[in-house]
Amino acid sequence: MARSFQLPMCSVWADSDREGCSLWVGEIIITMNINHKGVLKLTKMEKKFLRKQSKARHVLLKHEGIQAVSYPTQSLVVANGGLGNGVSRKQLLLTLEKCGPVEALLMPPNKPYAFVIFQTIEDSKKAYSTLNGKEIIDDLGQKIFLYLNFVEKAQWKKLGLEALPPGLLVVEEIISSEEEEMLLESVNWTGNTGDQNFQRSLKHRRVKHFGYEFHYENNTVDKDKPLPGGLPEICSSILEKLLKEGYIKHKPDQLTINQYEPGHGIPAHIDTHSAFEDEIISLSLGSAIVMDFKHPEGATVQVMLPRRSLLVMTGESRYLWTHGITPRKFDTVQASEQFKGGIITSDVGDLTLNRRGMRTSFTFRKVRRTPCNCSYSSVCDRQRKATPPSLPESSKEALELEQKHVHHVYDEIASHFSSTRYSPWPRIVEFLRALPTGSIVADIGCGNGKYLGINKELYMIGCDRSRNLVDICRERQFQALVCDALAVPVRSGSCDACISIAVIHHFATAERRVEALQELARLLRPGGQALVYVWALEQEHKNQKSKYLRGNRVNQGDKDELSSATSMKELLVNHMPEGASEDPALSLHSSNNTKEEESRKVPNSELPIHTNRTCFNSQDVLVPWHLKGDRGKDKAVEPSGVAGYPDPSPVFHRYYHVFCDGELEASCQAVGDVSILQSYYDQGNWCVVLQKI
Amino acid sequence: MKLLTHNLLSSHVRGVGTRGFPLRLQATEVRINPVEFNPDFVARMIPKVEWAALVQAADTLNLAEVPKEPTEGYEHDETFLRKMHHVLLEVDVLEGTLQCPESGRLFPISRGIPNMLLNDEETET
Repeated sequence: MARSFQLPMCSVWADSDREGCSLWVGEIIITMNINHKGVLKLTKMEKKFLRKQSKARHVLLKHEGIQAVSYPTQSLVVANGGLGNGVSRKQLLLTLEKCGPVEALLMPPNKPYAFVIFQTIEDSKKAYSTLNGKEIIDDLGQKIFLYLNFVEKAQWKKLGLEALPPGLLVVEEIISSEEEEMLLESVNWTGNTGDQNFQRSLKHRRVKHFGYEFHYENNTVDKDKPLPGGLPEICSSILEKLLKEGYIKHKPDQLTINQYEPGHGIPAHIDTHSAFEDEIISLSLGSAIVMDFKHPEGATVQVMLPRRSLLVMTGESRYLWTHGITPRKFDTVQASEQFKGGIITSDVGDLTLNRRGMRTSFTFRKVRRTPCNCSYSSVCDRQRKATPPSLPESSKEALELEQKHVHHVYDEIASHFSSTRYSPWPRIVEFLRALPTGSIVADIGCGNGKYLGINKELYMIGCDRSRNLVDICRERQFQALVCDALAVPVRSGSCDACISIAVIHHFATAERRVEALQELARLLRPGGQALVYVWALEQEHKNQKSKYLRGNRVNQGDKDELSSATSMKELLVNHMPEGASEDPALSLHSSNNTKEEESRKVPNSELPIHTNRTCFNSQDVLVPWHLKGDRGKDKAVEPSGVAGYPDPSPVFHRYYHVFCDGELEASCQAVGDVSILQSYYDQGNWCVVLQKI
Repeated sequence: MKLLTHNLLSSHVRGVGTRGFPLRLQATEVRINPVEFNPDFVARMIPKVEWAALVQAADTLNLAEVPKEPTEGYEHDETFLRKMHHVLLEVDVLEGTLQCPESGRLFPISRGIPNMLLNDEETET
């Protein structure tokens, strides 16, 4: 059942208790590691298992939307019995079949649970009673306890893409076993073949370069310094064949050999545009591996690269998508025999684990001699203008920042933003309801107008900088106009009250924030009151976390992202289904996860990108908004050139200056002709009620 | 845009000050939106209205005559309150312009929404 979460600009009123789940996951990990002390405490253990089972049910419902039922059915969800925590299909099947014939076993990729359908209810009842709390040993030799619950229907919504990234090709059996062996033998890892060796042990793999050395410091090659010896002779005939058969158009002049042991990997990356030409090819030798391809806007595709296959990356797959190998010992792969290479579908009835072996890849590239002119300028090292916004130093710069990172963003996201802003905040409603009948009230920065209709006994006018948001107000029959909060076209002293909710934190200098308060005060008649809300730096107050923080869900948007299967905790939090999503603005995408770290060490005034639902590390931040839903209304839908590729959700960054304790009051004191009647903290916001003197 | 809203608006072009009021209204499309009559509410609005500006705006829209000033004891004059209810709250300007009486700057009204955004030069202080 879809829960509706309400999200005001700054905080959430819907409660969501994350700690419980983490705790449970944590306990499971502990449970897996402790030893039974025999049968002495059996009843205690039974009780414990019962508790675990009920918690499993709770977590599955809350985070995966899986609804357990209290009556027996043919289907069970098996918590902890998933590919995501190292349980293979074969092994789970073996355990389950002891209770009776299994009709189907669904193992979703990277999830710490599975679904089983027994042929009869009798058998599923038997499994329920005998396998709950059952200990099995996973593929890595660790103990795991299974917890089973009945479900009405064992089903798994297909996730992800069923198509390869455009420009990607996997050619199976491109070379013979003999050729594979010769190539592997030709690589001398002992490291005494002189200066053309250029061998390194990287964190998660060994590498060797030929033709040109690849410099990991700047991810490029020194084009004027070819290595002596060129490419190994053994490669020539293979490259000739690839040219002849049309898999490549140009002969490569650079080779990188990577050797990956099980558990090794390579971080997601795009080969530097200006370093290499379009075609990049890679031979997989020794063992199969699953490579993750990721579109910058979130879509992930897992591609199986079998032994002796050739991966060809051109065009979009080479320039725009990142590729990488998750460091782990097992890959989730198709179970059926006929499946060899290509995309791993989410056919959960057909997935199992594949133990990785030692894989050696031969990656051939051609060094680029001309500037890159690809059509993916956002990720092109040559074309990208790497000037992230920084803290403004002048009023003009502030205006520019606000235009780009406030006005423009709200106009773009208006419809989606509005759809997430429907519940008014209680204390603001209280303020409006307490005003006398017939009061004239201006809402400066009214957004979609959610406060304009709160009290029918008032005459309210809304103003917003965003035409699209004002349009929404108008559709709702409210009086609204487009203007800037620093220049409100309302005559001085005409308002009995004003509200400014989550607006002033969008101004980029202290002066402009005071000006905005000044303008608010100008509208008030003597004795008139203004209510001001701004987002607080302190998201924890009097030892209580704001609802914004308490709603912390890591990575809920990343339903199809692969992660290294290191812990259940990670898996559970990393794979929130879409149904569990609250405010999309607060769903995290992996692109943000690393930025928090980066933001701390930014030396200059560059604005850090805030990680949603975490504490603020800076008062001036960019807060990501992940646009979803009806884009047609916000923006003309661009025709997608790629069949089967879903419209990715663009990310917009809104500028905020979050106020620290006392800062709002200090700003108000700078205004002059107002007094502060009241100041308080409300769910992650600093708030004041001002009165015109 | 209702005429009560118009009555609150003032030009905010730099330097015009109080001479920016009232904005000259020109309407190309006006709609009458029935609103439930609340005599108490209307009575409370009357003293807040800049009367001359309302008279002027009502004239440009050729509305039924608005008296030069509120009648004596208007709080209990239902005929008057009904008339003012109609003028202030039911008349809705959908398309037209607002003009700053001092600088001549025109602001468009479209789909009932006045766009009062100024460019940077107009707001600089």
